[in-house]
Amino acid sequence: MADLHCNIAGVASINPFWLASAPPTDKKINVERAFRAGWGGAVWKTVTVDPPVINVASRYGVHKDHHGTILGINNNELISDRPLDVNLREIEELRREWPDRVIIGSLMAVLDEQAWKEVAIKLANAGVQGIELNLGCPHGMCERGMGSAIGQVAELVEKTTRWVREAVDLPVFTKLTPNITDILVPAEAAHKGGAHAVSLINTINSIVSVDLQRMAPRPTVDTAGTHGGYCGSAVKPIALNMVAEIARDPALKDLEISAIGGITTWSDAAEFIALGASGVQVCTAAMLYGFRIVDDMIDGLGRFMDQQGYRTLDDFRGKARAHVVDWNALNMNFDVKAHIDTASCIECGRCHIACEDTAHQAIRIETGDDGSRRFTVDDAECVGCNLCQHVCPVAGCIEMRVVENGLPPLTWPEHPLNPLRADPQTVSV
Amino acid sequence: MSKQLVVSHAGAGLSPCDIADNFADLHPPLDRGAAAAEASRCLYCYDAPCMNACPTHIDIPGFIHQIATDNALGAAQRILNENIMGGTCARACPTEILCEGACVVNKTEGAPVKIGQLQRFAVDRLLDAPSPHPFGRAPASGRRMAVVGAGPAGLSFAHRAAMLGHDVDVYEARPKAGGLNEYGLATYKMVDDFAQREVAFLLGIGGIALHSGKMLGRDIHLDDLAREYDAVFLALGLGGAARLDVPGEELSGVGDALGFISRLRQEADKSAVAVGGQVVVIGGGNTAIDAAMQARCLGAASVTLAYRRGPEQMGATAWEQDLARLNGIAIRTWAQPVAIEGDGHVERVRFAVTELVDGRLAATGETFVLPADQVLVAVGQQMVRTGLDGLRADGAKLWVDDDYQTSRPGIFAGGDCIRRGDDLTVQAVEDGKQAAVRVDARLRAKGRD
Repeated sequence: MADLHCNIAGVASINPFWLASAPPTDKKINVERAFRAGWGGAVWKTVTVDPPVINVASRYGVHKDHHGTILGINNNELISDRPLDVNLREIEELRREWPDRVIIGSLMAVLDEQAWKEVAIKLANAGVQGIELNLGCPHGMCERGMGSAIGQVAELVEKTTRWVREAVDLPVFTKLTPNITDILVPAEAAHKGGAHAVSLINTINSIVSVDLQRMAPRPTVDTAGTHGGYCGSAVKPIALNMVAEIARDPALKDLEISAIGGITTWSDAAEFIALGASGVQVCTAAMLYGFRIVDDMIDGLGRFMDQQGYRTLDDFRGKARAHVVDWNALNMNFDVKAHIDTASCIECGRCHIACEDTAHQAIRIETGDDGSRRFTVDDAECVGCNLCQHVCPVAGCIEMRVVENGLPPLTWPEHPLNPLRADPQTVSV
Repeated sequence: MSKQLVVSHAGAGLSPCDIADNFADLHPPLDRGAAAAEASRCLYCYDAPCMNACPTHIDIPGFIHQIATDNALGAAQRILNENIMGGTCARACPTEILCEGACVVNKTEGAPVKIGQLQRFAVDRLLDAPSPHPFGRAPASGRRMAVVGAGPAGLSFAHRAAMLGHDVDVYEARPKAGGLNEYGLATYKMVDDFAQREVAFLLGIGGIALHSGKMLGRDIHLDDLAREYDAVFLALGLGGAARLDVPGEELSGVGDALGFISRLRQEADKSAVAVGGQVVVIGGGNTAIDAAMQARCLGAASVTLAYRRGPEQMGATAWEQDLARLNGIAIRTWAQPVAIEGDGHVERVRFAVTELVDGRLAATGETFVLPADQVLVAVGQQMVRTGLDGLRADGAKLWVDDDYQTSRPGIFAGGDCIRRGDDLTVQAVEDGKQAAVRVDARLRAKGRD
């Protein structure tokens, strides 16, 4: 069986699965249950200097698909609402009782060096194996000058990261907010400030729904709602992109990544690791199904690695990174055409109407004498866009077949129709 | 899966409570959560096979999508647009050979989307909502139409004609409107007086006057109707039960199955309807199954359904046959009754065993006898020809052209009394709807001349 032990920014872990700093890591009782279930580590719910914050009711809203499955959660909960010394005592106890597990202390503070350093030192003294700077909380705390209010300003990301580095001799994780235009800006700032790793993404500003009876956003607190932080499987594509952007930036090659964002299954985790993440953090999936989901995350990841011949996570870490490129590096001479297997086609017509209404009118219907319908692709019209394959409800019925056109790879910068093409003489093919 | 009845053992009768349970809903209605879950199974096909399998061409993916978006009233309106009796069809259609039989999810999951139950969910929401009638009427045309027969075809015609701006008088021989919806379907398919609730809903459009107790050839006459109205629509159905024409048919205890079904529908206390201990039902259609099942509901210890041809030729769908077998009804095929015997009251039925010889039904020479104290005959219905003099026939039914006009100009016909599609409620509703549209177009074209 593959070995899931890993090292994330200098922190050794029995597996890459940590719980993210969030409601599931608020108290000893929760984290203990998580450790018992098999989680490798937990980033404790964010603490700050006393007095603790006060939370409101209700706190969560959800976005569902038409099967009723929750795709994303939005929350307006603030950081830990318990006194700092209670949190520190529980961290200390757990570190003693679960020596092979990781606890990372998450902290935030206003822009005051003393406050950042004081809490960081207290967390270090409680025994945490690393410190995570919460620079991402997008609701409430930012209105008090914390969380994303700092994370959205590069100089402040760098400054707070440096303060924590100066205060403690522990691995430092700077947690980034996705509520910015270019993730590389805060990532580079964290790197400059001395972060060992970045954790991303924090939640995304969101209103998940509007209650049309009460005419207010959900969750509704009395008569009103506020934007909250969005998380869950719906945000995974955004997180994958931001992780990839950092992972493939040569200037950030020694900045490790603790990936967060909609990770629900072992394959989600494997995708982030393939892009270069050292480990992953999970919250929403645990909130929806309980800590037991880590069972299959461990088992599934191990089996995948066994099947692929990967002995350790390092054997495939970053393997997909080189294949994430700018659009300009794509091969424009590569071509595929859809092919419909009429034997497995159930004649639902979804491919036809999708192509006919919204794509390239490339799928033909022939109706037989018995009323049965035969769907075929007109190669002359098919641009290989893939829409039909995605809407087809039958796995394997529509296949995208590579067109062997014998043409060499060609990128847009080299393309004859590109008016800004570099001098053909200087293009290396 | 299917309904399972409380059955009597060793001749012990059922309590009125057991009987009431047996007549309860065949399929309990879906609640909102179950409907949403079921709706999410629909693939939202384009030019969907289910839709093409429905004689009224209801936009099935469209209405199921609306259930999924929590717009049940919009779904109901979409259904009723094409089929004003969508509520009855949802309950009584043999969906297994229509929409659900064509559902592509059969191929991916082995079981179709429950289209009938979803349709019922949507239509029930609309009928239960205290809202105005969902269809408006076109500006008054000043034209009057007569409809003979207040069954599905007649009422569908009346509703569509009212929508198109005409005033309609509907004449019905029986005390209540609804036709077979009221008198001919098993009680467990139409619980809670649904047929009458649907009639009341349908009449809510306005412009339709119902005259019950008026029989063609007795109380009303074709010549008078033709003179007084701009158009006449005959939706007579098949009012007469076909006879077996075997000795002993006049014995007490022998009756037609539709009469039995009708009596049960009209009786508030089902346990007041007499049933035999050994019941033989003769026939192979869904009416035969409805009668056999309900004899069982009442507590008949033994019920045998005898059909003169093989299982493949039976009119009852495979699903209906399974329902009967599941509830202990013996189905004997290749059994043709040759005599009903008894001393005043039926005691036994004598059958000849049959087979197909060169495609023709023939007796093998072998016979057998089933003891019986009640015989229910369900060998089909026939059109009653009273009052139809001068109209061209098409076999045992009325001849009509492509626009549903009979051989007499201005007299139209539809539903079971013409030869088009199967003798199903859904087909009758489609006939009524289409005939009203054609009649309207003809009258407007004439008005322009």
